[in-house]
Amino acid sequence: MKKFLSKFYLTLIFILLYAPIATLIVLSFNASKTRAKWGGFTLKWYFELFQNDAILEALSNTLIIAFLSALIATVIGTAASIGINAMNRHLKTIFMSVTNIPMLNADIVTGISLMLLFIAFGVRFGFSTILLAHITFNIPYVILSVMPKLKQIDQNTYMAALDLGASPFYAFYKVIVPDILPGILSGFLLSFTMSLDDFIITHFTKGSGIDTLSTKIYAEVRKGIKPEMYALSTLLFVSVLFLLIAVNKVPKQRKES
Amino acid sequence: MNKKWLSGPYLFWAISFIIIPLVMILYYGLTTKDGSITFENILQITTNTNVKALVLALLLSIVSTIICLILAYPLAMILNQLDVNQNSFIVLIFILPMWMNFLLRTLAWQTLLEKTGVINSVLTLLHLPTLNIINTPYAIVLGMVYNFLPFMVLPIYNILIKIDPNVINAAKDLGANSFLTFYKVILPLSWPGVISGITMVFVPSLTTFVISDLLGGSKILLIGNVIEQKFTQANNWNAGSGLSLVLMVFILLSMAILSKYDKDGEGLI
Repeated sequence: MKKFLSKFYLTLIFILLYAPIATLIVLSFNASKTRAKWGGFTLKWYFELFQNDAILEALSNTLIIAFLSALIATVIGTAASIGINAMNRHLKTIFMSVTNIPMLNADIVTGISLMLLFIAFGVRFGFSTILLAHITFNIPYVILSVMPKLKQIDQNTYMAALDLGASPFYAFYKVIVPDILPGILSGFLLSFTMSLDDFIITHFTKGSGIDTLSTKIYAEVRKGIKPEMYALSTLLFVSVLFLLIAVNKVPKQRKES
Repeated sequence: MNKKWLSGPYLFWAISFIIIPLVMILYYGLTTKDGSITFENILQITTNTNVKALVLALLLSIVSTIICLILAYPLAMILNQLDVNQNSFIVLIFILPMWMNFLLRTLAWQTLLEKTGVINSVLTLLHLPTLNIINTPYAIVLGMVYNFLPFMVLPIYNILIKIDPNVINAAKDLGANSFLTFYKVILPLSWPGVISGITMVFVPSLTTFVISDLLGGSKILLIGNVIEQKFTQANNWNAGSGLSLVLMVFILLSMAILSKYDKDGEGLI
């Protein structure tokens, strides 16, 4: 009985979380242009998507910003975590409190504060301001993913490598990196996803003339979302779903062989 | 080589893009357009519309936080007891939806909730009364719960998996029934996760302007909408910053409570 209730509850939450996604997928095949009614099945939007330069440009902006911001945040964040881990308690607390600010602060405040900074220093709004903003909110995700892995490391293994004649760099690369790699990877993936899904901070830091998918969708809300957008989201969603399934299959096969 | 120096680039980054920007809000919020000091921007919160927007935002975000907590705690416990490859399962449930744009996901609720929308068609089919909540505060609460539920589940789940099963077994051995075990052992130990979750849901709900925009029919103003309009429509950065400062009082308050209960930030991711 208890098991049944658990399953039932999980299913309900699953429906709550995935009903909008199913809706969007259905809408991507809807021949009618409005969301309000079903006009029959069509693949038209999928073909038109690849002729819509504005959407494709927004897509490429979104992906490039997500990739670059996640990459740079991962490098800065991983280095920072190693440094913070070596600090005394007092310094560590200060650094971690600062790291928590972008995580806990409201997106609207983060966005506005960065916008005011760029205005005050006369930075031209565009690709670079979005990138700087995204790196800023991504670094904490990397630090919070890497720090727990660093805490678990036995310092003696690193010392042993040094005693056995490894250079500090070699010891770091061979002993510490493999242990924290899962944290680094999940930090990168989390950053990439957060950047991809961000609207509010991009809204305040983008200026005119450049759009990501989010800001483009927001601009279209009043006049009606172009159905190509649903087609694109469906493609993105389905490809990530398959990617995740594939990634989860790989380690299992390795164990068997 | 001293490892501490590896934090150097981050220190520079944090000062430039976290600390200084916040000082900028403080500066703009406390000055007029020509740079003289004033409290007028902050006092703008006392105008009728703004008080209404703040009170409504507080009300809706508190309700959403409570609903999220009620939904999330049992969910986290169930996830904790599952035997499947948990990590991939949790990613599937909570991270995967983020690959569908947040605005589109929220907009999809319009389609679902509309008078002749999917949910009402089903309800009519079952001869049940229809649901007319689109463009009302109820739809906004639904949007908040939908968008921020993962931020409540993950911190609680992360704390629950760390609880040593022996502690629970000990409680049972000593004669506690399941309710007493939960109330006296599991709940107190999971407190940091609960507090993290509350903060992570309350702050974005209190400050959102997108969800109210998309599901409230742009007639319902929350404090986030007021601030957003000050920046993008009125171009009044001073007033916008002043109102942001008021908002930050609430954010700082919840951060202070959080740091008291969850010192290592272990419930955050």
